[in-house]
Formats: sequence, structure tokens, C-alpha cells
Amino acid sequence: MSVATSAASRLELEPQPARPRPPASIVPLAGLPVVGVVLACLVAAIAGNWLWALDFFHVVGGALWTSLDLFIGLVVGPCVIARLSIPARAEFTARFMPAMALIMPTLVTMTLASGFQLARHLGLLLSSDPHHAWIVASFFLVGVMAVIAIGVLEPANLAVLFELRKPEPDGALIARLMRRFVYTAGITGLMQIGTLIIMTRLAST
Amino acid sequence: MTASVASQPDLADERLPPVVPVGCVALVLAIGGVIYLASFIPGHPSLAPAIGLLAAAAATVAANAGALARVRAFAWWRFWQVWRWTMFAYAIIAGMLIYTFVYDRIPSGQLSLLVATLAVFALDIPVMLAFSVARYQPPHPPAP
Repeated sequence: MSVATSAASRLELEPQPARPRPPASIVPLAGLPVVGVVLACLVAAIAGNWLWALDFFHVVGGALWTSLDLFIGLVVGPCVIARLSIPARAEFTARFMPAMALIMPTLVTMTLASGFQLARHLGLLLSSDPHHAWIVASFFLVGVMAVIAIGVLEPANLAVLFELRKPEPDGALIARLMRRFVYTAGITGLMQIGTLIIMTRLAST
Repeated sequence: MTASVASQPDLADERLPPVVPVGCVALVLAIGGVIYLASFIPGHPSLAPAIGLLAAAAATVAANAGALARVRAFAWWRFWQVWRWTMFAYAIIAGMLIYTFVYDRIPSGQLSLLVATLAVFALDIPVMLAFSVARYQPPHPPAP
């Protein structure tokens, strides 16, 4: 038996890294009812003028949004994904990105809709209010984050999800798009610190 | 997994118009108008700056769509598939925002501008997202 043949048979015997199974759907369909319930509760909170519920949606949504951005950008990206093997990265991506496609837009909608309504109820939108400048500053921050999220982060997320569904996904392309996703999540996370400063200042004065 | 031609800093990309950067410019203009109007609610600011920003955003979206429409070798099948679903999702979000504005009895001039800005927003975003996916897809759907 030649060296080449024996190497080939060894390769046949060794377990090959399995290609990550493509997600059954682009977003996890099981999560859609949860999103529906959250949005319905949000509409009810706005329609009912329930200050506590608006506060709850704004604080919980904002805290989760900020934490996820910071955790993905500063911990998951550089400390976890960057140190995984290529097959492990692909496996992680195949499970992580569909969930993110559902979680992040829901959190953003929760936070912004309840936040706007809360500011209106508390009179912070009035230009005569002493805190009005802080509210406008938070609008600017959210605007910049929205452009980054819609222009860079979400396109990368969707492109990865579709790439994973190809019979032969392009590993280099997925790695490039994942890097973009993780870095922009980190940038928006850092910008969220600015939002935290504004919000804590508003809450304490 | 393979490292195919599509992963190179794409020859195909060079032939495609800069849909995402131009879409971002339209987003900045539209968001600028919304911030301007929202920062005066419930007051009555001059509508001229918001109208100017909205017109510029709409023109940018139209120019973007025009540039993209001229592309022939493109995965239009995938583009329209993603466009339909993102349009559906953003219609829900825009609907919620419009509901909030109407519920808050925002003055009619500002309300019409906000609705028009949201419409531009909802036209711009699906194009950007659908383009971002379709640019990495084959021009024709794979055989079943």
C-alpha cells in the first residue's frame, strides 16, 4: 500500500468536521409568537397610558439591548468567537445569528417606542423642559446607532443567514461578515454607554 | 465550507452600485428630519427644514433604486424574496410608530411629514437589506 493510499484511507476513517446544519428558517419561527406577545403588550401599555408598563418596557428593553451589544462586541467576539476553530465558529454562527435576527429588532422596538411615549408623558419632549437638550442628544445617539445597525449590522446578519443555507457556504465570506457584525455590535455597545449616561442623568435630576 | 470567488473583495461587488452607502445617506436625511420634528413635539416648529430633508431623502432613495434597476447580472429572485419579507416587517414597525403619533394627536402638518418620512424609511431599508443578501447569491435560483 502506498503512502498516499494509506493517508487516504486514514482520512476516510477519521471523523470529518461536520458542516453545520443550515437553520430550517431564516428566523426561528418558534420565537415569533413571543415577539407578537411582547409587541401586543407594548401597544397595550401605550394605549392604556400605563406609566409603570412604559417604564418597564423602556428599562428592561434598554438594559437587554445595551448588555447584549456590549457582551457580543467586547466578550463574545474577541474572547470567544475569535478563539474558536473554523468549524466551531460556523456551528456557533448557525445557531447564534437566527436568534439575533429576532431578538435585537424586538428589543429596539420595545425600548424606543416606550421611551418616546415615556418622555412625552413626563413632559421631557417639551422644549421648555430643562432636560430637553438631553432628550434631543439621546435622539442623535439613537439615530447614529440606527444607521449603523441598519446599514452594517443587520445586512451582515442576514447575509450570513442566507450564506449558511447554501449547499457549499463560503467560510471566508461568513468570517468576514461575522467580524463586521461583532465589531459594529461593539461600537453600538460603546455608544450605548453614552445613552446610559444621558438616561441615568435624566432619572436622577 | 469553501473559500470561493465570492469571498474575495469582490470583482462582482465592483460592478454593483453603492446601494448600501447611498441608502445610509438617505437614512441619515430621513432620521435627521424625524429628530428635528420629534424634538419640537408638541410644539409647532417651522416645517421647512423637515420638508427639505424629506425631499432629499426621497430623491436619494429614488436615485438608489434607479442605479440598482440598471444592474442585470444580479440575484433578483433572492432580492425580491428578502425585499418582500423585510417590507412586511418594516410595515409593522412603521404602522406601530404611526399609531403612536396618531394616538398622541400630533398636529396634522407634523404628522403628515412624519408619516411621509416613515414611508421613505420603509422603502429604503428593505432595498438595503435585500441588496446585502442578494449580492452574495447566484444570479439564478439553484435547481431543486
